[in-house]
Amino acid sequence: MPVSIYAVIGLVCYLIAGPFVGGLLSGIDRKVTARMQGRFGPPIMQPFYDVRKLMEKEPVTVNSGQDFYVMCFLIFIIITGGLFFFGENLLLVIFTLTTANLFLVIGAYSSNSPYAQIGAERELLQMMAYEPMVLLTAVGLYMTTGSFRIGDIVAGVGLDSGGIPLQYLVGIFIGYLFILTMKFRKSPFDLSLSHHAHQELVKGVTTEFSGRTLALIEIAHWYENVFLLGFVFLFFPNGTWYMAVIGAAVALLAFFLEVFIDNAFARMKWQFALKSSWLVTITFGAANLILLYYLRGLM
Amino acid sequence: MSYITKSPWIIHYDGSSCNGCDIEVLACLTPMYDVERFGIINTGNPKHADIFLITGSINEQNVSVVKQIYEQMPEPKAVAAIGICATSGGVFKDCYNIMGGVDTVIPVDVYVPGCAARPEAIIDGVVRALGALDEKKKAMEKRPHETTTAAEAVANLDRMGLPDGAPPEPLEELVLPGDDIEVKYFGTQPDDESADDSKNSGSGKEEA
Repeated sequence: MPVSIYAVIGLVCYLIAGPFVGGLLSGIDRKVTARMQGRFGPPIMQPFYDVRKLMEKEPVTVNSGQDFYVMCFLIFIIITGGLFFFGENLLLVIFTLTTANLFLVIGAYSSNSPYAQIGAERELLQMMAYEPMVLLTAVGLYMTTGSFRIGDIVAGVGLDSGGIPLQYLVGIFIGYLFILTMKFRKSPFDLSLSHHAHQELVKGVTTEFSGRTLALIEIAHWYENVFLLGFVFLFFPNGTWYMAVIGAAVALLAFFLEVFIDNAFARMKWQFALKSSWLVTITFGAANLILLYYLRGLM
Repeated sequence: MSYITKSPWIIHYDGSSCNGCDIEVLACLTPMYDVERFGIINTGNPKHADIFLITGSINEQNVSVVKQIYEQMPEPKAVAAIGICATSGGVFKDCYNIMGGVDTVIPVDVYVPGCAARPEAIIDGVVRALGALDEKKKAMEKRPHETTTAAEAVANLDRMGLPDGAPPEPLEELVLPGDDIEVKYFGTQPDDESADDSKNSGSGKEEA
């Protein structure tokens, strides 16, 4: 199969511009958060200053394996996003993302710090909570477009003319927005790693990471956030340029919705996170799929 | 100027404070003062922190905690003693369980007297601690990097208050508006009791 020029452009753009867009979004997030709380807030470029600062700090690691795991986390996140923007198979992307997150969990466990271990356990719980919905999203996109390949989904293969995936997948879209809160590590589901010190056990899953290692985790999150917003985009394209623009706009709106939710809610217990996300997965995700199955049968 | 001055993360510890200074430290984070304007974040984790704010004097029971937090912070790091109790022991100086100011346990870079220290004074103290951080960062770059083991770090605690190289100069260009706030900056710590007394009588803050 020939490699599309768009796929190569997508990959290169993601690899180079991904962290800058992610960092900028993070800076805007902090500014918006501050304004919502009646504060002036840090400069938009503050996340970049933070990472540069962390790079300058003395490297302190608990054991030699820790840095390896964090580096694997970053590399697998980049591979995940790279496969995604290259237009590869959606299932492969999801499994690579899971692998990446597992490296972060192993890194946190390896430190033997009780705080990091609680963070790691909560990270695993979060993965249990959101993974079913992510998989259902892929299945839903397959049922509407007939392909797991992101290149085909973006090209609008298998859609009725003028249709977009969202019109068949409203329930799944709602479910995905719900678990996006977990993936962005926002309240009420920022169980393993909160950006607000006052509601965190020391610093959750990153407690034992410092300096350069922490900077790598931060960069990985920037890459991951851009990739997750790309996932929102997948509900819109049908091969026309205007739906692509609308998709990108909605992805940005979804980001600000998560920032808003972050500031409007306190953290919930993990039991609530697990139960509610599975409930949403069943009522919106699975119900959407069943409905789609019968509609397809009638048509 | 290194990036450490653009993103100083803080850890706050209450020694044996009456909570007056603690409330003022937290007030710095509120919309009224909003230190996040300067990239300052209150972390709960010593491994992420650059500046160690201590309120209240050090007592016999928390001396190990203070030392441990200080040890866990990666270089470059600065310590700011907030309030007169953290500076010298304050009114609790002669209590049976009080060791004195923070500088009896770990090296202190900035002293912010006051009872309670005002938020403006605390912000000014943090900004001056940035100057100390910048100096330490430069000192780190000069010598080849060496990894500190835990044993070495503990051994270094005997050299409290005697940092490598010359003590940093007060950085005039870093002073915020409102320079009339009473923030004293001492590059070195007093060597003995007499110097401590002369300092106290000089500032005349603890007499009341």
